[in-house]
Amino acid sequence: MKTVKSPFKFKGGVHPDYNKELARDKAIETMPVPAELVVSMSQHLGAPAKCIVKAGDFVTRGQVVGEKNGFISVLVRAPADGKVKSVEKRRGPAGGMADAVVIDTTAKPEVPETPENPGAGAAKGGPILPPLDWKTASREDLLKRVEEAGICGMGGAGFPTAVKLNPPPGKRCEYLILNGAECEPYLTADFRLMLERAPRIRLGVEIMRKILGMPAVRIAVEANKPEAIAALEKAFEGIEGNVEIVVLPVLYPQGSEKHQIYATVGRVVPEPPALPIDVGCVVENVGTVAAIADAVELGEPLLGRVTTVSGDAVAEPKNIFAPSGTKYSDLIAFCGGTKEPPAKVISGGTMMGFAVSSTDIPTTKTTSGLLLLTRKRVFQYSSQACINCGRCVRACPMNLNCAEISKAVEADDIASAEAMHVMTCIECGACSFGCPAYRTITQLCRRAKNSIRARMAAEKAKAAAAAKTPAK
Amino acid sequence: MKPKETAEHYILSSSPHAHAKTGVSRIMLDVLIALLPTTAAGVWFFGMRAVFVIATCVATCLLTEALCRMAMRRESTVGDLSAVVTGLLLALNLPSGIPLPMAAIGSVFAIAVAKQVFGGLGMNPFNPALAARAFMLISFTGPMTTWLKPVSRCCGGTCGAAPDAMTTATPLAAMKTMFAADAATGATPHATGAIPSFWDMLIGNMPGCIGEVSAIALAIGAAYLLWRKVITWHIPVAFIATVYVYSLIAGGAPAYAQVLTGGVMIGACFMATDYVTSPTFGKGKLVFGVGCGLLCMLIRQFGSYPEGCSFAILIMNALTPLINRFTQPKAFGAK
Amino acid sequence: MATAIIIIAGVGLVAAFTLALADRFLSVKEDPRIGMVTAALPGANCGGCGFPGCDGYARALVAGTAPNGACAAGGDACARAVAKILGVEATATERRVALVKCCGTRSEAIRVGDYNGICDCNVAAATAGGDKGCTYGCLGYGACANVCPKGAISVRDGLAKVDKRLCIGCGKCVTACPKRLIELVPASATIHVLCNNPDKGPNVRKVCGVGCMGCHLCEKNSGGKEAGHFTFQGFLAKVNYQNPPDDAQIVAKCPAKCMAEDPHFETGH
Repeated sequence: MKTVKSPFKFKGGVHPDYNKELARDKAIETMPVPAELVVSMSQHLGAPAKCIVKAGDFVTRGQVVGEKNGFISVLVRAPADGKVKSVEKRRGPAGGMADAVVIDTTAKPEVPETPENPGAGAAKGGPILPPLDWKTASREDLLKRVEEAGICGMGGAGFPTAVKLNPPPGKRCEYLILNGAECEPYLTADFRLMLERAPRIRLGVEIMRKILGMPAVRIAVEANKPEAIAALEKAFEGIEGNVEIVVLPVLYPQGSEKHQIYATVGRVVPEPPALPIDVGCVVENVGTVAAIADAVELGEPLLGRVTTVSGDAVAEPKNIFAPSGTKYSDLIAFCGGTKEPPAKVISGGTMMGFAVSSTDIPTTKTTSGLLLLTRKRVFQYSSQACINCGRCVRACPMNLNCAEISKAVEADDIASAEAMHVMTCIECGACSFGCPAYRTITQLCRRAKNSIRARMAAEKAKAAAAAKTPAK
Repeated sequence: MKPKETAEHYILSSSPHAHAKTGVSRIMLDVLIALLPTTAAGVWFFGMRAVFVIATCVATCLLTEALCRMAMRRESTVGDLSAVVTGLLLALNLPSGIPLPMAAIGSVFAIAVAKQVFGGLGMNPFNPALAARAFMLISFTGPMTTWLKPVSRCCGGTCGAAPDAMTTATPLAAMKTMFAADAATGATPHATGAIPSFWDMLIGNMPGCIGEVSAIALAIGAAYLLWRKVITWHIPVAFIATVYVYSLIAGGAPAYAQVLTGGVMIGACFMATDYVTSPTFGKGKLVFGVGCGLLCMLIRQFGSYPEGCSFAILIMNALTPLINRFTQPKAFGAK
Repeated sequence: MATAIIIIAGVGLVAAFTLALADRFLSVKEDPRIGMVTAALPGANCGGCGFPGCDGYARALVAGTAPNGACAAGGDACARAVAKILGVEATATERRVALVKCCGTRSEAIRVGDYNGICDCNVAAATAGGDKGCTYGCLGYGACANVCPKGAISVRDGLAKVDKRLCIGCGKCVTACPKRLIELVPASATIHVLCNNPDKGPNVRKVCGVGCMGCHLCEKNSGGKEAGHFTFQGFLAKVNYQNPPDDAQIVAKCPAKCMAEDPHFETGH
């Protein structure tokens, strides 16, 4: 086990103000379960879970309330005991509506003890799922446990982890890369996790290695987290096999999957539909790794996570461990409320997070941060013309021709944008960050991508319908 | 009746929600600061005439921009300082003896015809200041090719004693004949007085346009812009290197003389590097710089004008979209 | 002088001869009906029929791969003329125009945030779900106005409105709207419900001062359920355009003031 400096540096990237000192030194605090939880069926990438409870049902902590719905899907469990007030459509942080189970946690359920009710154990204070010994459990059992625990990528995208850890036949995982970069400004949740729970991360690595067939392990951490690196070095001391901690330069977006792979092992993931597994790599967020450890050793499914609540409008920025489904307003109240009225509320970090219209929105398995910013920290986009200065092109980590793409999309020329590889855009925001004309470049790229995806879906549907007609 | 507004009312926008805080006006301000040494040198050498020309150009440009935007019914863009930069650059490219009405007409052309007609900042295909200079060269050829000698300080001349300044040709006219001259004559061009001394060229004590004479002032300005990351090294280095190498091969006047006289310094550092009209990518910028240098020297050697810089840059401006198309960056992971 | 005349005349003769040869051997045989049908079509090239321009539709009509009457802009008269040229039966079609089913202007409906970004409804709807309190209502950023080939839609006070006199019924605005609140209605219908929100009355009231509350008064005042002039989707009243109401009094009696009785749609509320 050794610590090395990253041998590769990707082209582009920007240096935003990180402002991490607001919450860096705040140890993770567990907040009490709020009176109401809004548990969304769509907390992950893929098909939303299918809700299997209805209004009036009593649920226990850990009980399955949403079943996995398809291959790319994840189940959802109730994060606390309570009574289901309603099942209705609620707005998520990205703005879309999805079914959500609204749980009143103050209602005390009387749970009859039946073998089918998996929460029976939880009501008594025991583990929700039977703990497994990873050394003796089979690979299939471990994978099943990851699926049963409802774990998805906690870095933000929320890809079902059980699917990621099970590469299709013919594809082998050579490198398991742990994403501890946390390159977004303000966020310190992963940093505190690495600092305080490094042994859990080690256990998670051991389990994942077994599932993936003993690949080499690379733990990627940015250079501005020396204490976390030290904690990880201590926790991983003596581990067998090819394990290295790779220290990455502080650059946004270092935490992007493709750039992480390039920075640690120098491999380039081809354009979509290629995935990291096509170059033999699996990248997982450190939070996901810790969750896997808890699911296997403690039988604790993924019911909550650490969220950094920060920004200059919050009274006391904190790193809070909260059950998923906690409303943002409850998180803010736990931080002592706001000391100034916020002008913008962001779910996530400032570079890729979503601006939300109210704090009634609940956390999900992927909510890594909640930022409250005052007016002076917020800038306004404009509709000025591009002056061709090239800052966006120099900043783009995917080396795209952002200036021309933005001009093409403004002129509704989506075909030209597609020819300029806009589908490889990772929407990191580095382009708009440096634009002197304050143009909405990222939003324009997103618009092109949505338009292209809609067109491809329509074509696929048309082809499917055409394939069906002869049979009729 | 409209219901009560919600208690929570936030700004909704797409990500990113952070910005580097560079604005167009800040960039233009940096360019103006970078042009201060050159402006000071121009005023020092050419006296109050230069001040009047600069003031006329800047004021006319600002006024034209304000009126054009009003006529176009768009928001005023005077605040982004691009009109000030255009005015100053145009003035620095004019001889100090130019009659002020002509300078004003040129400024109107620069803003109204070369910039606003295309839609304003970001839409113009040609460098407005150079387009105006070309327009003035063709319309007012006489005054545009009449240069005043720098006001002599050494003999205690009073500041602003314009009528005492003599008209003369720039060193370029002499250098043009040197291309054809037999290199075996052996006589050094400096000794014959045909071209100024190296020191004079460097600080600007020679006839020429207000802003193009002082190489040192221009170099200081360029260094400032490079430090502030407003321009990249590609175009200035490619342009100047091409001019230098060409004149080494072609012979005639010393290579450094070709670089330090005429509009090469100001062209390479301030005119060719204009964002809107030059290529966006590094490789393209190099091609652009080489093209400018080559064309400039070709015009100087074979063309009928002694100075080829403005036309070289204008021609390359026209080729910029093509250069951009062929020097696009390769996407990360793309085949 | 004479040589000049001879030369020019000679050149002219050669050119004429070449053109005659070209016409004989290089001409493309085209069905003359295509030209006649193209002339009968309105020439708006709006694409509402689903074909690339009027010429494209004409070719498809003559080839028999397109149904007659797909041209909304030409309407009934055009369909009849085309049928005559092609020698087929003409089917009667009624002129349809677009209707924006929302009357929640910025003065009547609340906004829950300040949107700052691209001025397009689809993009705005994708950003935090849009800045309007009513999630079914018109965002007013002009996606419909931008695609209208006739410039019939204007946005005023955050609400899009269609000018019936200019609308040709091509349907481009219907697909452009992210909230799907534009509907093609018969041009002869005069009474409309300008709301798209099926939520319960009190919930609608929280976000809009002129939203439909589902009180069923319009139905009651027009002869009740049996008359069949209205249908209901949740708590939202919808005019049954197959059997539309004709009593203008219903509009005045609507307590939510969400109905309109205005032939031009450009004044109204």
